[in-house]
Amino acid sequence: MMIQNPSMADAASTDVAPTEVVAEFAGATKRFGAVLAADRINLRIRRGEFLSFLGPSGCGKTTALRMLAGFEAPTEGAVLIDGKDVSAVPAHKRPVNMVFQHYALFPHMTVAQNVGYGLRQRRPRLPGAEIAQKVDAALAKVRLADFGARRIWELSGGQQQRVALARAIINEPQILLLDEPMAALDAKLRGEMQRELLELQRSLNVTFVLVTHDQEEALSMSDRICIMGKGRIAQVGSPQELYDRPRNRYVADFVGRANIVAAKIIARQGGIAQAVLGNGATIGVNDLPGDTRGKAEIAIRPEALTLARGKDAVPEDTVALPARVTHRTFLGDRTEYLLMAEGIGPLQVNSPRQAASAIGEHDVGAHVRVLWRAGTGLVLAADI
Amino acid sequence: MAMTQTRGRALLLTPAALWYAALLLLPLAVVLIFSFGERTPIGGYAPGFTLAQYANLPARMAAFRNTLTLAPVGTLAALLIAYPLAYFLAVRVSVRWKTLLLVLVIVPFWTSILIRSYAWIFLLGGKGLPALLASIGFEDIRLLNSPFAVLVGIVYGYLPLMVFPIYVALEKLDLRLLEAAADLGAPPWRSFVQITLPLSMPGVLTGSMLVFILLMGEFLIPAILGGGKVFFVGNALVDLFLQSRNWPFGSAVAVALVVIMLITVAIYTRVVKRYAAGRDDVAMM
Repeated sequence: MMIQNPSMADAASTDVAPTEVVAEFAGATKRFGAVLAADRINLRIRRGEFLSFLGPSGCGKTTALRMLAGFEAPTEGAVLIDGKDVSAVPAHKRPVNMVFQHYALFPHMTVAQNVGYGLRQRRPRLPGAEIAQKVDAALAKVRLADFGARRIWELSGGQQQRVALARAIINEPQILLLDEPMAALDAKLRGEMQRELLELQRSLNVTFVLVTHDQEEALSMSDRICIMGKGRIAQVGSPQELYDRPRNRYVADFVGRANIVAAKIIARQGGIAQAVLGNGATIGVNDLPGDTRGKAEIAIRPEALTLARGKDAVPEDTVALPARVTHRTFLGDRTEYLLMAEGIGPLQVNSPRQAASAIGEHDVGAHVRVLWRAGTGLVLAADI
Repeated sequence: MAMTQTRGRALLLTPAALWYAALLLLPLAVVLIFSFGERTPIGGYAPGFTLAQYANLPARMAAFRNTLTLAPVGTLAALLIAYPLAYFLAVRVSVRWKTLLLVLVIVPFWTSILIRSYAWIFLLGGKGLPALLASIGFEDIRLLNSPFAVLVGIVYGYLPLMVFPIYVALEKLDLRLLEAAADLGAPPWRSFVQITLPLSMPGVLTGSMLVFILLMGEFLIPAILGGGKVFFVGNALVDLFLQSRNWPFGSAVAVALVVIMLITVAIYTRVVKRYAAGRDDVAMM
């Protein structure tokens, strides 16, 4: 459901107080030749939070992470860690550690040697006994207590991932960077690892920055998500904010499913815009603060719409859009309908099971009415 | 089914087996037998059983000494030149230029080693490099017919054989491992020593062995650039078999050389196995 009052805004999630900032992108731009991989990224990362960069491949999320790790230097702008500009600081001098996409474990070392690698790089050197003890503790933390002497190729994918995790956290980084760490795991293992990762993050109280293209992964794990597209930040916010208040079509499409319909805006007042849909019906939707356009796209989630038969009474503050069912997909807990609404175009409506058992299923070809309650739609900004 | 497979395999291996039996094992056996024989007054071989030829080996000490110093030194020099080149080709060069540069490494092989070695006579001879050195004040430097000339010749001749195995090993190196090392706090030179070098060791060992074994048997380059002053065991063998016709002694020298090489290969295998214990995918490099 779209929230009722948009003017609450996402101030809480975009503004991070300076004292809470562990890292910051300040207009960070990265060009690879003619390709603009990251375009003026401005973002503050809050100490201790779980932040995800979410987007399709090529959106700039990995470039952002690599700028934080120190593998790429910004072409323009700066990257700050702990208030200091680290744009020119090489990776080996930064207080961050990374879990690589394919783990990048050292094949010629044992599990324990891999995990202890970071500690062995410290100068002045740490005593061997201290390293050994910390390695054991780190391995225990990722539930690989007896695996220290094993070789990397003797481990399963999930175990390798835990080794990569232990190898990173043992250094007690300011920020733990995770580059699609779950991509190579099967679905069941992925769910387990996600839970373990969350528990780990809570117990360590370290800032986690995750890069993923999997929206469910980002939604389920993150405190905040930074959605990226074309090298730019499309929107930053909590999972709920992004779902309930997508700022533009890109975000609305990327997070969950959304119906996006064209409308004329004839009046706006108190955060509500009166939108005239293609079939002439007028509906009050949540306005985009500061918007003055006469035409806009309106987003409405499939589960915010309901279906009614032709003869059913229409509740108050609701418009009824005549439509024909074109597809019906039964998914157990809900039924997904694809409809063709007169004068508007295709719409998707998700009916929860209870609703279906109360009013019955609608057959393909049936003429129904789509009920759209005032205040549940949302005016979208022009695209990123 | 299994029968045909076995027979097919045997059939396919027959040419190689015959080849090795006729051209390697048989001559080796002949050489071994000859080495215990005696020389007839007019040269050649008379049957017998004596260790006299082996007792006489110190007479060719200089050849063994030259071979056993210049072969390892040449191998090492080739390694030190080849490693940075192979690293550059495998890690730094963009895919666009890689093939061209690799071809350039092999190009010298398109000309006979004989001709290329003769070219060095001119380069190192009186009118070549020494003349150039003289013009800047270093008078009277003789390069040709010295161990240095032979060293230059063998390093030049065998460099590609060192470059390629190392290149192959470095080509397989996952560059993300170097990023991981940097991420964990290793400065570049340390990640080279701790990650790159150990993982390219199989290539280093293969290249070194290839070059070393060939250098041990080398005779052409010392003959051309050593001018009879710097000679290898190979030159001694040519001399003993073709000039002085002392076949039994020549055989003993040859057997001694083979034994030295076998010992080297045995050590090599052990070293490789020790490194292979660290990685399963490099065992057979």
